[in-house]
Amino acid sequence: MEQDNNMGLLNIDTSLYKTRISRKYRNRIPYKPGDPKSVLSVIPGTILDIMVKPGQNVKKGDELMILEAMKMQNLLKSSEDGRIKLIAVNRGDKVAKGTLLLEME
Amino acid sequence: MAIDKKIRELKEKREKLLRGGGEQAIEKQKAMGKRTARERIMALLDEGSFNEYDLFVEHDAHDFDMDKKSLPSDGVIIGSGTIDGSPVAVYAQDFTVAGGSLGLMHSRKITKIMDHALKMRMPLIGINDSGGARIQEGVNSLAGYGEIFFRNTISSGVIPQISVILGPCAGGAVYSPALTDFVFVVDKISKMFITGPEVIKTVLGEEISMEDLGGARVHSEITGNAHFFAATEEECFDQIKKLVTFIPWNNSRKARMFEPAAPLPGTDIERIVPEDPTLPYDVKDVIRAVADNSDFFEIMEHFAKSIVIGFGRLEGRTTGFVANQPLEMAGVLDVDSSDKAARFIRYCDAFNIPIVTFVDVPGYLPGVDQEHAGVIRHGAKILYSYSEATVPKITVILRKAYGGGYIAMSSRHLRADFVFAWPTAEIAVMGPEGAANIIFRKEIMSSDDPDETRKQKVEEYKKKFANPYVAASRGYVDAVIEPSETRRFLIHSITVSENKEIQLPPKKHGLPPF
Repeated sequence: MEQDNNMGLLNIDTSLYKTRISRKYRNRIPYKPGDPKSVLSVIPGTILDIMVKPGQNVKKGDELMILEAMKMQNLLKSSEDGRIKLIAVNRGDKVAKGTLLLEME
Repeated sequence: MAIDKKIRELKEKREKLLRGGGEQAIEKQKAMGKRTARERIMALLDEGSFNEYDLFVEHDAHDFDMDKKSLPSDGVIIGSGTIDGSPVAVYAQDFTVAGGSLGLMHSRKITKIMDHALKMRMPLIGINDSGGARIQEGVNSLAGYGEIFFRNTISSGVIPQISVILGPCAGGAVYSPALTDFVFVVDKISKMFITGPEVIKTVLGEEISMEDLGGARVHSEITGNAHFFAATEEECFDQIKKLVTFIPWNNSRKARMFEPAAPLPGTDIERIVPEDPTLPYDVKDVIRAVADNSDFFEIMEHFAKSIVIGFGRLEGRTTGFVANQPLEMAGVLDVDSSDKAARFIRYCDAFNIPIVTFVDVPGYLPGVDQEHAGVIRHGAKILYSYSEATVPKITVILRKAYGGGYIAMSSRHLRADFVFAWPTAEIAVMGPEGAANIIFRKEIMSSDDPDETRKQKVEEYKKKFANPYVAASRGYVDAVIEPSETRRFLIHSITVSENKEIQLPPKKHGLPPF
């Protein structure tokens, strides 16, 4: 198997080590804190229905979308009062886990 | 004579069955770059040593017109033979017969040879090349898999179990290899996954090739499911044959002794490790400099490369080597390297193989991804495995041994039998830079020239702690040795540990963090 010769510096406890940096480490996704205004899919699946429109005011508990995953229809409800800023998916879309579904203002 | 006729009849029957799925299916197999199941067994075992059983077994399916079909030997070959004179039990799925699919009788043949291997206390080698469950046989097929998994588990730690993936091995079938000790894969031939590319596409809309999802490279480099990667089937069989020379027949024996042999000349062990603990080198050079014939047989070479594991020999005795690798990710411990080392330590312990640990570790890898991936419970596996192991444990601290990494890497405190340190060893809570920043924070901050003060304090700390003598003064290190004395000390330690005996408190089983 080909050798991945990617020398770099790795900081451990403020000491800098000259070493090969693994592909996995280079490709790791930097952590971002969760945004309460964004609704993400928690499971991969298909958008079966969208019950709201951009600009619409919603109350906590209002139904937003149906995400079908593993043959189950998951009803997504609003976790707070607010206004829909944008809807990032269309009916029938297949979404991966972590996909942005909609944003609140 | 009547017997002649009977013998001729037997020969004819055999001839027919030995052709497996027939010319067309064999051609197809060859076109995929694969050997037939029978060729594989012949390539693996000593010439003329294979005794086949259950050649005449037929399938027992009746539904969906299966009763009108004949499947020679029900798509799997079982038997026993020898590798370099050592007995092994073997099964090989025959892809030319109904795609090597697993039905009731197929699975019964496999469990028969598994039971045989366990009873006779000899290694088991399974060659997997199968489309999966034989759907026409319904729950009988699932029952077959379950019976295999159960035996894999019961035999674990009693006889060595080796899985060779020479074709597809998908769905539930993957769990037999996953339960065995060593998994061999071959580039472009091996394919392992729970759900295939088609299902992933349908459910998730993600498109991926079979190779990128579960090919040999993926399992060798990313998942850690495979232990040995080969470019060809031939290379794979050579690897298996070599592995078998290093391991005992079962857990009540020791591995075969070989003629003692000195390391190859020309490896100057004193010139391998740079004094500066932040500079890289290849720790495999250190292993080769002490091992018989400088022969080091690495396991999981492409996965979690910051730790190196594998077999070598010291004065003819099989030895398991575990070493931090400063060349890769500074030799850190992380989720994957902990998992890799822990499993190997437990393997050595189960099969009476002494463990030599070379330490040069900066600590655990910092990062949100590591913490969230559970580096606490995965890292704990190393501590658990070393603590639990009762085989001879010999540790050599080559250079840095910082913090939790020092404790985890077979320290005296986890009951290493012998701990040696080179004069370059630094045993401390952390590297000098980090330590000085904390201990002398006030001095550095209130200084007119903080950088200069920091430099001085780092030097001061280095002088005081960056050496093996503090640990040696407490007896945590048994001897500070010259690098050139390492092989002599290792061989002596293993020789005097020949009859090591310690008793752990009786228990049903421990609860390692997995």
